[in-house]
Amino acid sequence: MANHYTDHPELRFELNHPMMERIVELKERGFRDKENFDYAPLDFEDAMDSYDRVLDIVGELSGTIIAENAESVDLEGPHHVGDRVFYASGTARNLDAMVKAGMNGMTMPRKYNGLNFPITPYTMCAELVAASDAGFGNIWSLQDCIETLYEFGNEDQHSRFIPRICAGETMSMDLTEPDAGSDLQSVMLKATYDEAENCWRLNGVKRFITNGDADLHLVLARSEEGTTDGRGLSMFIYDKRDGGVNVRRIENKLGIHGSPTCELVYKNAKAELCGDRKLGLIKYVMALMNGARLGIAAQSVGISQAAYNEGLAYAKDREQFGKAIINFPAVYDMLALMKAKLDAGRALLYQCSRYVDVYKALDDIARERKLTPEERQEQKKYAKLADSLTPLAKGMNSEYCNQNTFDALQIHGGSGFMMDYPIQRYYRDARITNIYEGTTQLQVVAAIRYVTNGSYLAQMREFETAEVSAEIQALQTRAAKMADKFEEAVNHVKDAKDQEFHDLCARHLVEMAADVIMLHLLLRNATVAPEMFAKSARVYANFVEAEIAKHHTFVMNLTPEQLADYQPA
Amino acid sequence: MSLKIVVLAKQVPDTRNVGKDAMTPEGTVNRAALPAIFNPEDLNALEQALRLKDQHPGSTVTILTMGPPRATDVIREGLFRGADDGVLLTDRAFAGADTLATSYALSQAIKKIGMPDIVIGGRQAIDGDTAQVGPQVAQKLDLNQVTYVTTIESVTDGVITLVRTIDGGIERVQAPLPILLTVNGNAAPCRPRNAKLVMKYKRALAPMERPADGTLPYAEEYDKKPYLNVTQWSVADVDGDLAQCGLAGSPTKVKAVQNIVFKAKESKRLTAADAEIEGLMKELLESHTIG
Repeated sequence: MANHYTDHPELRFELNHPMMERIVELKERGFRDKENFDYAPLDFEDAMDSYDRVLDIVGELSGTIIAENAESVDLEGPHHVGDRVFYASGTARNLDAMVKAGMNGMTMPRKYNGLNFPITPYTMCAELVAASDAGFGNIWSLQDCIETLYEFGNEDQHSRFIPRICAGETMSMDLTEPDAGSDLQSVMLKATYDEAENCWRLNGVKRFITNGDADLHLVLARSEEGTTDGRGLSMFIYDKRDGGVNVRRIENKLGIHGSPTCELVYKNAKAELCGDRKLGLIKYVMALMNGARLGIAAQSVGISQAAYNEGLAYAKDREQFGKAIINFPAVYDMLALMKAKLDAGRALLYQCSRYVDVYKALDDIARERKLTPEERQEQKKYAKLADSLTPLAKGMNSEYCNQNTFDALQIHGGSGFMMDYPIQRYYRDARITNIYEGTTQLQVVAAIRYVTNGSYLAQMREFETAEVSAEIQALQTRAAKMADKFEEAVNHVKDAKDQEFHDLCARHLVEMAADVIMLHLLLRNATVAPEMFAKSARVYANFVEAEIAKHHTFVMNLTPEQLADYQPA
Repeated sequence: MSLKIVVLAKQVPDTRNVGKDAMTPEGTVNRAALPAIFNPEDLNALEQALRLKDQHPGSTVTILTMGPPRATDVIREGLFRGADDGVLLTDRAFAGADTLATSYALSQAIKKIGMPDIVIGGRQAIDGDTAQVGPQVAQKLDLNQVTYVTTIESVTDGVITLVRTIDGGIERVQAPLPILLTVNGNAAPCRPRNAKLVMKYKRALAPMERPADGTLPYAEEYDKKPYLNVTQWSVADVDGDLAQCGLAGSPTKVKAVQNIVFKAKESKRLTAADAEIEGLMKELLESHTIG
């Protein structure tokens, strides 16, 4: 029986990262829950053992029931009947299994029936689920919207809503509108205060809403009449039990068929404010998106892994010219690079999730008591690191996911183009990952400030001082030279003092930063577990060294004078 | 009405994933080479028990298994899915039992647990495929029995309504409690392990599983949390008659083991005509090759 967790020891390796000790310490606060909850851990080892066991359950569900249903879910898709959405029958069975396994509200405190898991093992679960069915992954992992309600909602809202999510009710985040996609400042959905009923009322239309018929919605709406920008937007909670939101249609998509994408009509829908007015976009959606981006990074790694597995299995099985095609350099070259990208991308994903864990746990402690100056410093440091790595993790992993499914399909030859093999589904599902929750182009926009303010370079320079094994030493030296090239390219762009030129080069600079940081993370992994990562580290070093040279050449040869060649006529 | 339910479960070698070293050169099962699992149809039975517990609050589900100390895995797997407790029947004197000695031991344990409303188990175990233990336990406890159950529809006023598979269809049955049921593999699959229950029960141990050198991790927890101590009974604990237990109580004797090799003896060529296919079907049904 397949178990996606135990079949891929790279995940357990990431779980056992030394930073987990601090994360568990912050999350469990002296293991005080052990007196009141029979499932709370007694100490660090006990907590880690529990994460491992829960990942084992999710790995098994993903490798069995979710994997078995994936094809039928892809073919059947959700149904739109009347004003409601009904999941594909396989999706409903998947959700039922995950709810029965108690995998909802995983990161919520135990007093609301959550598991009080850190983001890192939760994100691993998201990767595991997505590896079998990325569309179902969306429905299940939208539970992390509850993080935002927990962070910014009041205690009354916590006690009313969080236990429902822990019991398995689903969520959606209603942001996009026909004229507000990447540009959320243009959101028009109208929120008006109903004095008679003492509640807010929502009116308008939302589009492309994943799982739009969810039980609980977080809605971005314009509460300040007469405003036109982000400062007039607030965040609302809509409870499906109150009614007032109907599904007008569901989209017919290229991939992630299991995940219903809805157009919603709000007709005087009763809603309540989450947090403060006017902070909807500026503060809450940013938090929501950061969580969602980590989720898509995890989904991307999951699909990448699944595609790699398919490519590898096919290459071993398929014989041409009298031998299995995996023995041809043209094929094993692709597989080695796929694996290297997968290992590097996963290392970045979980490094980022660990940073998120530290600062979010400190945020939560700050709700109970004043943080010490050291804790405040730690919180600031990790929040900044997390913010800098999130767009890289989302951007790079979603691009790698597309590249890996592309290559895995290529290995299948003509068979890959047929609808008969699972690879075609991964290939289609991958295509959305670098579009939704902010396109790769928007991840570049989010990341570029850490290029110019020197944050990425500082991270690289710090990695260069890390102790690595003798075999890895040479690779670390090469990584340092790559950082030099990155620095040179950044300075070239900065010196031009031209915003448009800067924006045109941004993608190259951000990719260079991501490449070097991922290489360092992979070198660290290869030092600790050479049997698992040394090959990937060497392959990845060769790959990114060439990438860095390419970007470096492009940027260094470009001047603001050439902008006109790129600009529309 | 709350129900007292005992689930009969067996740890079996996973004969569904047989590798080349699954059999010893002597022709017996090489247990070391096969992973030990929860007998699949016993999981179907457990699901039926847990559904009854969901529908009848206050009900209890007890897993009963006989085997070596490591068979406690089956009890833990049951606890992880929602069972309330478990009993491990373990004793050297139980070893080598055939179905008669097994059902004797199980029925003695059930008497000690106290008469349940429902005893439920899988139709058969994948290592022996006899389907005898359930019915024999019913006989020894003088219980009504219904075999091949696929769905339990309701339990009301001491009457259970269920659906069983029979040749060529299904049968709907009503019967008074107490009762013993055996469940088919086509019944609903068992629910997954639950995260909170796994964290709660992960350290549950039978006394014989404790390390012999006394280095039990988190030892103090076992005093604080009685549910971590799995009940373990010997022959004496269940007032067992040694002559009816284990090898001594097993009239079944294996006289010889024959390896069956399938060989093509003759071949027939058929066309795709309906009449020919129908003829073949009839022949296969008559020879019990299918059906």
